[in-house]
Amino acid sequence: MLLRHTPKEITERSALTINPAKTCQPIGAMYAALGIHGCLPHSHGSQGCCAYHRSALTRHYKEPVMAATSSFTEGSSVFGGQANLVQAIDNIFTIYEPEVIAVHTTCLSETIGDDIPQITRKAEADGKIPDGKYVIHVNTPSYVGTHVTGFANMTKAMVDYFAKSTGQKIDQINIIPGYVEPSDMEEIKRIAEMMGVRVVMFPDTSKVLNRPQTGKYEMFPEGGVTVEALKTTGDSLATIGLGRLASGPAAQALDTKCNVPCEILDLPIGFKATDRLVDTLRKTLGITVPDSLNNERGQLLDIVTDMHQYFYGKKVALAGDPDHLIALTEFLVSIDMWPIHIVTGTSGKKFESRIREITKDSPYPINVKAPGDMFLLHQWIKNEPVDLLMGNTYMKYIARDEDIPLIRMGFPILDRIGHSYFPIVGYRGGMRLLEKILDAILDRQDRDAPEESFELVM
Amino acid sequence: MTNTIFAERKDQVHRKGEEPFQMACDKESLAGAVSQRACVFCGSRVVLYPITDALHLVHGPIGCAVYTWDIRGALSSGLELHRHSYSTDLQESDVIFGGEDKLYRALTQLIDRINPKAAFVYSTCIVGIIGDDLAGVCRKVEREKGIPVIPVESEGFKGNKRAGYNAACRAMFQLVGTASTDDISPLSVNILGDFNLAGEIWIVREYLERMGVHVVANITGDGRVDDLRRAHGAALNLVQCSGSTIDLAKMMEEKYGVPFLRVSYFGVEDMADSLYKIADFFKDVDPQVMERTKALVRDELSELYPKLKEYRKALEGKKAAIYVGGAFKAFSLVKAFRHLGMTVELVGSQTGTEEDYKELHEITDPGTIIVDDSNPLELSSFLQEKDVDIFVGGVKERPIAYKLGVGFCDHNHERKEALEGFVGMLNFAKEVYSTVMSPVWRFTPRKRALYSKALETDVCHEIKAIEN
Repeated sequence: MLLRHTPKEITERSALTINPAKTCQPIGAMYAALGIHGCLPHSHGSQGCCAYHRSALTRHYKEPVMAATSSFTEGSSVFGGQANLVQAIDNIFTIYEPEVIAVHTTCLSETIGDDIPQITRKAEADGKIPDGKYVIHVNTPSYVGTHVTGFANMTKAMVDYFAKSTGQKIDQINIIPGYVEPSDMEEIKRIAEMMGVRVVMFPDTSKVLNRPQTGKYEMFPEGGVTVEALKTTGDSLATIGLGRLASGPAAQALDTKCNVPCEILDLPIGFKATDRLVDTLRKTLGITVPDSLNNERGQLLDIVTDMHQYFYGKKVALAGDPDHLIALTEFLVSIDMWPIHIVTGTSGKKFESRIREITKDSPYPINVKAPGDMFLLHQWIKNEPVDLLMGNTYMKYIARDEDIPLIRMGFPILDRIGHSYFPIVGYRGGMRLLEKILDAILDRQDRDAPEESFELVM
Repeated sequence: MTNTIFAERKDQVHRKGEEPFQMACDKESLAGAVSQRACVFCGSRVVLYPITDALHLVHGPIGCAVYTWDIRGALSSGLELHRHSYSTDLQESDVIFGGEDKLYRALTQLIDRINPKAAFVYSTCIVGIIGDDLAGVCRKVEREKGIPVIPVESEGFKGNKRAGYNAACRAMFQLVGTASTDDISPLSVNILGDFNLAGEIWIVREYLERMGVHVVANITGDGRVDDLRRAHGAALNLVQCSGSTIDLAKMMEEKYGVPFLRVSYFGVEDMADSLYKIADFFKDVDPQVMERTKALVRDELSELYPKLKEYRKALEGKKAAIYVGGAFKAFSLVKAFRHLGMTVELVGSQTGTEEDYKELHEITDPGTIIVDDSNPLELSSFLQEKDVDIFVGGVKERPIAYKLGVGFCDHNHERKEALEGFVGMLNFAKEVYSTVMSPVWRFTPRKRALYSKALETDVCHEIKAIEN
């Protein structure tokens, strides 16, 4: 019993987080930066931060993850990290030759007050930034927000640094996919393509973090949004930001900076949210939804029709990021399942009220907390057991202790594959989720049924 | 990409045989390099965290706690307190107004809740900058709660991983000498620098038991606070892993007169040598110990060698590359590969010392590349140049090897098979075999290119090599 120290009774806990359901800003910034083509993320802080973020992303994606670090020493933390960053910029452009260096800060460099734009200007003045190359930056103090905030901030930095309005509109739509997997980004682009929509997606980690085996080690894989494409985002007809927390700031920045109207939608997980994405694309561009896409929707619906009795009334506990949880909760409720315990490590009053709204017809009391942690989630489960868990790999401790099936989703997934290649967004992503849910529930039923009621079809 | 080696790094890479051996190491990493190194905090955390019945509280922003949560499979035979993630989760207001009060509340709440034998409180970068009096809070809580509450000075920026090992050793040293050493056998040791990955310390303990040697404390794999407190009563410290616990051994030698032996449990020779050294140390106390040790080694080897031979047949002539955290592990790996009939083409470490690299230079063959604090670009170019069949490294190296179509063995956090002891050598051989000989490489571009080249030039043995 790994979690034997988890008591059923919930006592007020201040000052202490146990088994977190979040991590810190810089890793989100690093992930987003990997979605720019030819970009080397740069961590302005101690070596450990960079090593940890690279390790965590590597373990999640099973892909090489490149990022450089300012390698702070005691000296730099007293006298500032300017010398380190200028030298880093010089070294990186000399040896690794990226198109873009995307600098994010850490708690250390934030607190000593390094001014990144000033340092970058110094590097530029010293001739350390070759022509046609870029250094962008974002402030990501680890003690503010979470990895989702870091992702949102770096994505916004792409707008701040690159988006331009030439006054000539281009027949294209910006889609900010949210803090989702490369497979999800691919799927969203596929849906747009089916509808005949030209899309600039940023960031775009597909073909970066789900690469094939090529026999080559490529520091800068073929994927990622190009700087050229980013520059045109200011001339796009509209922006769709998926996920309020992860994509909202960039979408709004683009509206403010270049007058590109934006629509902020939920992540397209499940029927309703995918419908809203498809409908927004349809209305924005005045196009019709192709049969092929309607067909996919019909298939998703068909699965629910065929299997709805198995979904009915199943209780679920969820941990993850707010954007995911909102859409996922809505999907589960729409197929008659009941998410009753929901935590995220990211704070947000709006999140809580949104979840309460979605689950208002639930026959059970709903536990929702933002920010909460997995320790609290486990306590809730002890008080009101569930049939299914959905969350990242760290949830397997609870799954084992309470003997409840777990579907892995979110970040990080360290012990399974699939998330980089198979989406959970869109109608087809919905079908994949349903397959996973049914497998988990029915495998459990097959395992647990007493001999006398064990049937070929349960 | 024109250069794969930074000009500034030239003296951290050496090709044996080319020029007189000289290696610059223990250097700070170059800013801007994609270094594989970690920080002070990381060093402290990996060393201390396997102490299973202590509370490990990370005082800092959430990331530091998350990235080290159950970071490696340090197995426990009892409590598993160490596998939780406890953090003060510092927020902006704490950074402005100080985090001492939050730390005090977190510590007292946790100690009341889980009743640990001791608490380790890890400092992080930010704590070093805002100047929280970690030691002061720890002293206060220690007085109030009556258990040892030990600050670990592991601010990330204060050096590299090795500095973190040192901080961990200083923290543990505060526990040593605080309990009675009655009833400790004169034939007794502490096991230092083994973290019980995949249950390895249990293998070593079993050998020692068969030799008649009693183990006082595991430091730190499957470690216990009470054992550490009486560790100074052991007759000898066995120190594995070059960096991580040597400082503790030195401190214990100085203060308590406990001598130490540097040992390694990886590979046949090193394992046997280590046991003989231990036996030799105790020969005056118990003249029979050497006999028992010889019998043990004989038994183990007669079981191991026939099995190993099978693997060797298949692996003879294959090429290996090694890039690990500590150089000490690299020594053993070089020898272990030799046992399998394989050559080592590249060997390096994140934190080796000059001494370490001298030794590596001595035990490797001409042409071997020796490297300190490398980066992915360098590593991948060396792997390709040497056309190796297997790369031994850690988390961040694995996908680089796989992308190139090279086999891989994790000798660090993610190892799942016990690689220590005689049985470990067999497991290692199995693991090397399973990856080097995997049919998957036949489908990868690198080997397919080799294959077609072999067909063109009609070099049958190359085809055979691939088919085998």
